[in-house]
Amino acid sequence: MSRSIRALIPLFLFAGLVALLVFGLGNDPRKVPSPLVGKPVPDFSLPELTDPSRSVSDEDLKGKISLVNVWASWCNSCRAEHQALMALSEIPDFQIVGLNWKDESRDALTVLRMTGNPYDMNGYDPDNTVGIHWGVYGAPETFVVDRKGIIRYKHIGPIDKQVWEETLEPLVAQLKAE
Amino acid sequence: MIPELGHFALILALTIAIVQAAFPLAGSLVGNRQWMAMARPLAYGQFTFLLIAFACLVQAFLTDDFSVLYVAQHSNSLLPEIYKVSAVWGGHEGSLLLWVLFMAAWGGLVALLSKDLPATVMARVISVQGMIAIGFLLFTLLTSSPFERLFPVPADGRDLNPLLQDPGLAIHPPMLYMGYVGFSVAFSFAIAALIGGRLDAAWARWSRPWTTAAWVFLTIGIALGSWWAYYELGWGGWWFWDPVENASLLPWLVGTALMHSLAVTEKRGAFKSWTVLLAIFAFSLSLLGTFLVRSGVLTSVHAFATDPERGLFILIFLCIVIGGSLALYAWRAPEVSEGGRFDLLSRESALLGNNLLFVAFTVLVLFGTLAPLIYEAFDWGKISVGFPWFNKMFLALAPFLALLVGFGAATRWKHDEPMRLVKLLWVAFALSIAVLAITSLPTFSGGHLWVPIGLALSAWLLFSHIAIVRERLKNKQGWRTVVADMRGSGRSFYGMVVAHVGVAVFAVGVTMVSNFEGEKDVRMSPGDSHELAGYRFEFLGAQKAPGPNYQADRGHFIVYKGDRKVTELFPEKRAYLAGGMPMTEAAIDAGLFRDIYVSLGEAVGGGDWALRLYYKPYVRWIWLGSIFMALGGILALTDPRYRTARVRASAPAGSAVGARA
Amino acid sequence: MKARQKRLVFVGLAIAGVGAAASMALSALQSNLSYFFSPTQVAANEHPTDAVFRVGGLVVEDTLKRQEDGLTVRFDVTDNAATVPVSYTGILPDLFGEGQGVVAKGRIGQDGMFYAEEVLAKHDESYMPPEVADTLQTAHVEGVIESTGESVKSGAAAQ
Repeated sequence: MSRSIRALIPLFLFAGLVALLVFGLGNDPRKVPSPLVGKPVPDFSLPELTDPSRSVSDEDLKGKISLVNVWASWCNSCRAEHQALMALSEIPDFQIVGLNWKDESRDALTVLRMTGNPYDMNGYDPDNTVGIHWGVYGAPETFVVDRKGIIRYKHIGPIDKQVWEETLEPLVAQLKAE
Repeated sequence: MIPELGHFALILALTIAIVQAAFPLAGSLVGNRQWMAMARPLAYGQFTFLLIAFACLVQAFLTDDFSVLYVAQHSNSLLPEIYKVSAVWGGHEGSLLLWVLFMAAWGGLVALLSKDLPATVMARVISVQGMIAIGFLLFTLLTSSPFERLFPVPADGRDLNPLLQDPGLAIHPPMLYMGYVGFSVAFSFAIAALIGGRLDAAWARWSRPWTTAAWVFLTIGIALGSWWAYYELGWGGWWFWDPVENASLLPWLVGTALMHSLAVTEKRGAFKSWTVLLAIFAFSLSLLGTFLVRSGVLTSVHAFATDPERGLFILIFLCIVIGGSLALYAWRAPEVSEGGRFDLLSRESALLGNNLLFVAFTVLVLFGTLAPLIYEAFDWGKISVGFPWFNKMFLALAPFLALLVGFGAATRWKHDEPMRLVKLLWVAFALSIAVLAITSLPTFSGGHLWVPIGLALSAWLLFSHIAIVRERLKNKQGWRTVVADMRGSGRSFYGMVVAHVGVAVFAVGVTMVSNFEGEKDVRMSPGDSHELAGYRFEFLGAQKAPGPNYQADRGHFIVYKGDRKVTELFPEKRAYLAGGMPMTEAAIDAGLFRDIYVSLGEAVGGGDWALRLYYKPYVRWIWLGSIFMALGGILALTDPRYRTARVRASAPAGSAVGARA
Repeated sequence: MKARQKRLVFVGLAIAGVGAAASMALSALQSNLSYFFSPTQVAANEHPTDAVFRVGGLVVEDTLKRQEDGLTVRFDVTDNAATVPVSYTGILPDLFGEGQGVVAKGRIGQDGMFYAEEVLAKHDESYMPPEVADTLQTAHVEGVIESTGESVKSGAAAQ
């Protein structure tokens, strides 16, 4: 083997390693689109967070475009997302439904009191009884539900300006036109 | 304002890095002296601004500035002051800043200490450091700025992960990063040499002390990590072959090979292109480790909160740095002349063997770490590689390495006489065989095959090095030589001896603890006693005990050996107030020859607890050995040879002094 | 010619050595691998019966039971489609809890119980073992679950 080819071996080996790592990145489970997309929302009924005498159920998601936002007071990214949601709550085109997930109502209420409440209603799900059927495996996650109660999109991670402008806003506009 | 100042300092550091990457290198290529002379001040400037940025972040932590997102995520007003400082590197963003700061520190140190470097080499080394800094600063600024603001400002922070609220872990990451990043210096020297097309003994001599320094830090860092895992995770293990642990072990293995290979290149001018390749690999594996830990590609219990976007950035960066340097290698290496010739029985051969073993083990660990990824890529299923596999691989190679170390340290460069070696080492060999025979007795070995092997190999390491030191002293005036040696250029020799004896100490620890440790999961009621490895553990019950930022259940144990009370232990189960995360705080009675270790599981009702008792013989020797290795490295570093390098840098390799050391 | 032969022999030996080492490492790997199976796959008998494997999912609420000895615990692990009962003797990790993601390593017994040697829980709230996350996703894809929590639990009881 000539010396110049021999000197190339490390480079080739590295190329193989990179291919593997690219695969590893692309394989990230968070990138998998939710299988629930295109399906009706699962049936559920939960007490309302601010007013436990009322309830939030799948019926509340019909007839309006909804952003269903999974959040918790212990979740940092949710706090970061909160201000974006506050801004979105000004927009009349859709309702924002919270799913307060694996949380203590006391803590959750403190957050809403201190940083404002962007939610039109909030289902309180401390034990993940509903979240499990939505395929929630972390907070924050946001589902876009159309007027017929069909899940159209799932966003994993916090919503920020970029996500809103590039992904969610066009989608909401499209749903509105439907 | 302060966080913005920090952010601004980061941007300035990036600007400097760009200038630093371009001008000195360009100057060295076109022969512009002024451009080359910019290298040093730029390196200092880079460090200064990063230090400012870092100080700003520390300030934000100390003043509980929860308007900074990163502070809100990793601190809490109740957090003790000392952990507010260590919380700075408790998360991804801050630890990245620490990483860049250290990178600049190493660059500044090279500029400060290597006064005798030719201007072209200095310019190229600093430029390459600048290029790497650009990548990391861009990464910090674009994807992971620690200075991002949070609005509205939360009343309090989310608190530092309780696992990280610990003195061991406060200093473990800085040590580890100093080691990781330290290999960038060896890397930069290698790249500078490749750019210049001159791979001679001189570059090996220049980069040798830097490599050793980085290796010392990495050794301490890994040992600290192992020690931390041992007492903090409450599982009583000292090494888990977890991907994150492997990520730190890989550069260490290659770095160790590099240190030895640099010796050959410096003294004998051999292995030149191989040494360069190892220098590239050592730093590449540091980068790969960063990628694995921060991208979420592999499952690990202590990975950072992961983010595929960050992963993609590091991967691209990885491709540019490693791919670029390997391409440069492919271009330049064929021009490198073969080095000095050597016989089969020579120190060169022994060090070649050392390199092969270390690289083989690196490849195996890398393979085992990436195997889950490989299996998934080929759709062979989701797997995990159990740690027994890594242990087997380690055991398959370690005995050869231990044997080789004893012989190799005794052999001479270029050529040695078999009879001389036999004369020198037969006593050591006979003593090791005696150890093997004695420890093989069932009363001692308890039927464990590896006990006699491990202990005999440790004995061989110790005795062979005693013989080697004796020989050095024999031809001279006894112990006075030691004093003279320690003043003169003998320090690297004694450094080697100390480090190799450290390996022996380490081997004893591993052998004893792996074969004789005792572990028992039990349920105990207050007043119960339990026997383990000759110790009787009496449980007196558990009480509530409040801490500064947690609530704890504190168990009370008295340990007896026979009728003698050995110690009282107070293991805790803590619930941290912010976040409510439970944490096991094991209680350990440490000793040179054994640790007694109790960790609380959970309350099972009626004052009873499920808990775990451990007996860990000689476990301290593992870290003691690591300390010896690090001390050996430090001793070698202080060898005045490196400080007077300017005198000898141009002298041919393999001078009389070199041949001995 | 002689130097050339010597070199050939050397290269041949090196290749043989590396080959032998690699095949040893690989065969050792085979016996130390533990494959991951979801509860659905276990229910469909796709798992090995004589080897250690890993199973993961969420710990079903209200199934965590401590046995008489105070050390053995039983709980059900679900991927929302099928459920596997797990038995483990020893101290559970700090972050183990009902409704949480968990990965257990062990073997399955004659009685259909998974006897775990090791139980791993996630390290913090924002982290879910990727296998578990994947499992939950897959179960949804297959549309097995369209039901409520009650049926998941009763399904577990039926098994």
